[in-house]
Amino acid sequence: MTEEIIIAGFGGQGVLSMGKMLAYSAIMQHLEACWMPAYGPEMRGGTCNVMVSISHDKISSPVLRCFDTAIILNQPSMDKFESAVKPGGVLMYDPNGITRTPTRKDIRIFAVSATEEATRMNEPRIFNMIVLGAYLSVKPFLGLDHVVEGLRKSLPPRNHKLIPLNEKALRVGMGLITQP
Amino acid sequence: MDIKDIIRPENRVYKKSDLLYDTTFNFCPGCGHGTIVRLIAEVVQEMGIEHEVIGISPIGCSVLLYDFFRFDVINASHGRAAAAATALKRVMPDRYIFSYQGDGDIAAIGTSETIHTCNRGENITIFFINNAIYGMTGGQMAPTTLTGMKTSTTPGGRLTQESGFPLHFTEMLASLDGTYYATRQAVHTPAAVRKAKKAIRLSLENQKLERGTSVVEFVSNCNSGWRMEPVASNQWMEEHMFPVFPLGDIKCEGKLIQRS
Amino acid sequence: MKGNEALAEAAIRTGVDAFFGYPITPQSEVLEYLLQEDAQKRTGMVVLQTESETASINMVYGAACAGRRAMTSSSSPGISLMSEGISYLAGAELPGVIVNVARGGPGLGTIQPAQSDYFQATKAPGHGDFRQLVLAPASVQEMADFIPLAFDLAFKYRNPVMILSDGVIGQMMEKVYLPEPRPRMTEFPEWATIGKKPGKERKRITSLNLIPLEHEKHNQKLQAKYRQMEAEEIRYEEYLCQDAEYIMVAYGASARIASRAVEMARAKGIRVGLFRPVTLFPFPAPQIEALSLRVKGFLSIEMSAGQMIEDIRLAVGKNQRVEHFGRYGGLVHVPEEILEAFERFYMEPHGH
Repeated sequence: MTEEIIIAGFGGQGVLSMGKMLAYSAIMQHLEACWMPAYGPEMRGGTCNVMVSISHDKISSPVLRCFDTAIILNQPSMDKFESAVKPGGVLMYDPNGITRTPTRKDIRIFAVSATEEATRMNEPRIFNMIVLGAYLSVKPFLGLDHVVEGLRKSLPPRNHKLIPLNEKALRVGMGLITQP
Repeated sequence: MDIKDIIRPENRVYKKSDLLYDTTFNFCPGCGHGTIVRLIAEVVQEMGIEHEVIGISPIGCSVLLYDFFRFDVINASHGRAAAAATALKRVMPDRYIFSYQGDGDIAAIGTSETIHTCNRGENITIFFINNAIYGMTGGQMAPTTLTGMKTSTTPGGRLTQESGFPLHFTEMLASLDGTYYATRQAVHTPAAVRKAKKAIRLSLENQKLERGTSVVEFVSNCNSGWRMEPVASNQWMEEHMFPVFPLGDIKCEGKLIQRS
Repeated sequence: MKGNEALAEAAIRTGVDAFFGYPITPQSEVLEYLLQEDAQKRTGMVVLQTESETASINMVYGAACAGRRAMTSSSSPGISLMSEGISYLAGAELPGVIVNVARGGPGLGTIQPAQSDYFQATKAPGHGDFRQLVLAPASVQEMADFIPLAFDLAFKYRNPVMILSDGVIGQMMEKVYLPEPRPRMTEFPEWATIGKKPGKERKRITSLNLIPLEHEKHNQKLQAKYRQMEAEEIRYEEYLCQDAEYIMVAYGASARIASRAVEMARAKGIRVGLFRPVTLFPFPAPQIEALSLRVKGFLSIEMSAGQMIEDIRLAVGKNQRVEHFGRYGGLVHVPEEILEAFERFYMEPHGH
């Protein structure tokens, strides 16, 4: 099994931390993982992305052109990465702020209203966890217990009190996906 | 009377420090460097710290210090003695570390390292020999070259509008909070030598207080670079250098000295 | 862990005595990690944020004079500032470790990854006739593993050792097994200036020698060391080279990306292998020369306009074709375009 993911959005949306959680969760499950961020000033407010590779085998290239899954959180990233999804792959996006919806027919597309759900929960900051929950439901290769373990590993101890809330958000996200 | 009757132990009034090799200094006859080097060796010997001291030689006339002293000495790259001293002291806080630098080394190319070393208050001693000229490279302008002073690169005399002003580097260092002791000395008369020696000793003893950096500037002559006889160079130094670089303490025990 | 963090943690565990560094993207995490992890408290390691890279390397020089394990880390423009100090380390025969998490140049260039400092690292890290050992990590694991290795080599040869990494390896996170903790040194080499021992001669450390005949001898001694490095320290890795007809040569991040291109080529039935130099100096020239006798061509893959290719060409001679494919100026190639370049050179009739 190899799963290659790109997560892209605005800086501050938690793009890098979502990727970090995925990578840690995979390692908790004794898989190999590689997390490769786009770094630099664009992290502070501009567009931002991270490539995450998860595999049973050693990870070869940390830098990729095509992905099994793209998680898209803003329009510029949609424009850039819709075409980067491998045929048969997954494109998941939050419709909030998306003005041009994806048009490809050869991939599976999921619109996850995470911002809306997070606002309903009165916790706008955890919208990325809702997206992540939805992803875990579409690609169920990571156990939720490992993801929570990964969360614990990727968050600094001072934020561990937020773990139950994050776990709740993950479950909300998982519930948003109705498998065809 | 035979000369052997005169050279007898009971007649001896002066002995070279045991911490100096019996070698010839590479300094020009009449230059102040030799006296300062001798004083440092004497102080290290009198303090009994030759097993605990590491000196740092600069690039310039005194680059070969490590061939004179009978204790450990390293050579640092041009201007970076203070950085090397910082590291030596940080990895061996119980050792006495001093750098010995000329005006070009410390006040031109090494400005940044020296200022930041003093600003961190590293517990080291900096000996700064200011003769207002680049001796080893053949007499070019130094940052401390006096206004109007002729050098090979200011053939018509230093013009401030072209080359700036004589840099009062020790005053600059003294203004930093990390500098604990700053003084300006000379070694052109027996009285000045005695005072200078005391300053050297104090600057090394300060290291044990762990209160910050000690800086001892020596206003010195460069009879070769200045194109003068040694005696004349000392007179010229008193007349021209001392008014611009007045002798005396600039900062003691962390406090700036108010001058009239 | 990020590559930069793994390297910093390895430095603490390896019993490094002193780290001196100045922040620069993309390696600032090294200094940050050492200070946030309180390395000073954990092992007594000295960690200092310096005023410049010039100060950093001269502090490495100072600590090295005391026989300590001292290191610095920076990225390309900062390494240029260190040139002088690296030359002094080599001249005075002092051990020291310099890490370059390289970015694109020239000048301020870009903060994005690059491998355009190959010439600087392997040919001209400073003035004078000298060489430094250069290790090129291709994983977060190697960022950690190469710290103890670099210090062993630096002390074995009393010579600077550079870890030449890049923004990809420094910034990415992977699983890493950290090195076993080593105690800090308590005994120091006989040449160290740590205070004259009673009854012993004083020590001096300098790179100056004003007598030309003696200085030539000193240089000959240095050259003998470099020849010994070439004989004993070459490190490399081969991937699917056994039956390969073509060889891609790449180091660091490029090697990781090229390994995927190799797999893609193999899936198409093209027999390609990857040769990864782990030491860039000494360069694994004999191994590449041996390969050149049985393969049809080489493709050098670098995040530069072509620097390592010169060493490959020297090794291969006229035996075989050697081509270059690189993205540079902060761009990183993807496996697909490496494969496309390979096919363009070697699969199309009269390729080019």
